[in-house]
Amino acid sequence: MMQQAADFTIDDAEGEAPVLRFTGALTLAQTVGLQDRLTSLAVRPAKIDLSGIDRIDTIGAWLVHRIARDTDAEIVSADAGAQHLIEQVSAADHPLKIRPDRTTPFLRVLGEMGDATIQAGHTLKGLLGFFGAVMISSWALVRHPSRFRVNAVVRQFETVGVTALAIIGLMSFLIGIVIGQQGAVQLRQFGAEVFTINLIGRITLRELGVLMTAIMVAGRSGSAFAAQLGSMKLAEEIDAMRTIGVSPMEALVMPRVIAAVVMMPLLGFYASIIGMIGGGIFCWISLDIPPVTFVQRIREVVPVTDMWVGLVKAPVFGLIIAMAGCFQGMQVEGNAEEVGLRTTASVVQAIFLVIVLDAVFAVFFTSIGWN
Amino acid sequence: MAENDEIVICVKGLANRFGDQVIHEGLDLDVRRGEILGVVGGSGTGKSVLMRSIVGLQATAEGMVEVFGESMNDRSEDEAQDVRKRWGVMFQGGALFSTLTVAENVQVPLREYYPDLQPALLNEIAAYKVAMSGLPSEAGPKYPSELSGGMKKRAGLARALALDPELLFLDEPTAGLDPIGAANFDLLIKGLKETLDLTVFLITHDLDTLYAICDRVAVLADRKVIAVGTIPELLSLDHPWIEEYFKGPRGRVAADAADRNAAGDEARHKADTRV
Repeated sequence: MMQQAADFTIDDAEGEAPVLRFTGALTLAQTVGLQDRLTSLAVRPAKIDLSGIDRIDTIGAWLVHRIARDTDAEIVSADAGAQHLIEQVSAADHPLKIRPDRTTPFLRVLGEMGDATIQAGHTLKGLLGFFGAVMISSWALVRHPSRFRVNAVVRQFETVGVTALAIIGLMSFLIGIVIGQQGAVQLRQFGAEVFTINLIGRITLRELGVLMTAIMVAGRSGSAFAAQLGSMKLAEEIDAMRTIGVSPMEALVMPRVIAAVVMMPLLGFYASIIGMIGGGIFCWISLDIPPVTFVQRIREVVPVTDMWVGLVKAPVFGLIIAMAGCFQGMQVEGNAEEVGLRTTASVVQAIFLVIVLDAVFAVFFTSIGWN
Repeated sequence: MAENDEIVICVKGLANRFGDQVIHEGLDLDVRRGEILGVVGGSGTGKSVLMRSIVGLQATAEGMVEVFGESMNDRSEDEAQDVRKRWGVMFQGGALFSTLTVAENVQVPLREYYPDLQPALLNEIAAYKVAMSGLPSEAGPKYPSELSGGMKKRAGLARALALDPELLFLDEPTAGLDPIGAANFDLLIKGLKETLDLTVFLITHDLDTLYAICDRVAVLADRKVIAVGTIPELLSLDHPWIEEYFKGPRGRVAADAADRNAAGDEARHKADTRV
């Protein structure tokens, strides 16, 4: 049985009140074609005749109700079902806002700036408080070394350190090659191609090895910390731990912080070495500098303080990354969407803070003469 | 149309397996037009999996599923759309789209299938659907994260009803609601079913819901539907699990409450007819 298309006619014979007559199936699928004509009715009907319809759903009932409401027309010849539907729909006729109120763009921008400022203040305060909590937990661990969770820490060593070796190695190798290649192009103009070795050795050990590793660890592990702790927070696992008497700081946060602090210098040193190997291979192939000469030259031109500069920065970066990740994870509340937002925030914060601190360190090390 | 008017959902010989774990084996079930069929069963008997198999979210291992007389197995995406227009599904937690307001959530199916609807009409439809689902009008512009669990369920129901479906799937509609909210939700479903001429496939653990609104109850156990019928019919079967389910302490209380309500309804009905 095909549904008969919905239609309507208006009888406005002279001397009689106009009647709006519906026919066919007054259902959603059928009435879509009628809506334009219905909203621009030429005459105000006094009666709406439903005797010709063979089906009606709530959308049909709503259209009938709307015309009746707007024109005070009387609905006639509706069967019991249609009558009931129209009553139900008219009982549900309450105006509804679809979206929250919009403020003017100027006020909205102003409001958003204010909110962002307050938010930044809260985050800074929270991060400082979290730093304090990490310090207290560290002190507790120093006083009671038996509370040190060896298994958890070793597990984190693996996920933060060992499994990152491949990707960090590849990244550093390529960066070494890029530094060598770009450096060689520029230095060739002065006939000083051999200084490419200085460039590669000093920049990988001093800056890029550790900095790129920090960015990679923030993306790999910092985000994972935030997502793990965030979903544990959502599932009330962290609350459950607290009620049992296990401190989440000791059980979850400290192993991650320790792992990041210990692994960052190792990974950073590894990245610098691989970066130099990449640069060395480039020099060998492209500039005809044999590896033996490359290593000799590196030992002559790169002061040992460059390595210390890198290695001193690394654990600090690790601490920042782990804290940003764990802090954001612990801030998750409410719904799963939060986990995504907090994870993103943890990476952005970690990388931002790492670069700010790197600048501070650069000034500091230069001023103490390690240049 | 080769459509059996009586049977809306027909499941025959359904089998579902997850690896070695067998969830369903040779499961048969018919849902008749215009009834509220309650589906009960212990935890892990695959009630939700059954619903997911019927609506096509779960690829079945064996068996046949027909909805509105059309086979749901191996359908093309286009053909499936025609059937999807005719049903509404309410998930347990509401499954509202979190980036849209309640009113916009209700409009999603309408916009998808009827892009020519006038915006004004679209908003009006959302308004009365929201009101019919028992939500206050303040709820319209709110985002799902600002709603309580009960309101999310009502909003999910409003979205399921957006296209005026003939068939409604409800997954534990009263789970997690307080008793008053749950009772109201039962009444709401019953009222909507009568108004909109719905067929309802209802998964529940709630004995009160079973007594209050279900026409028939299907019992899932031992990987299949072991019995379908009204509650008195099920009780006459002498199956130990069914006995325990309906005649346990909770079952008895629910049955008593249902009796009291029925008596109350009758009295109210008499009063209504007098007016």
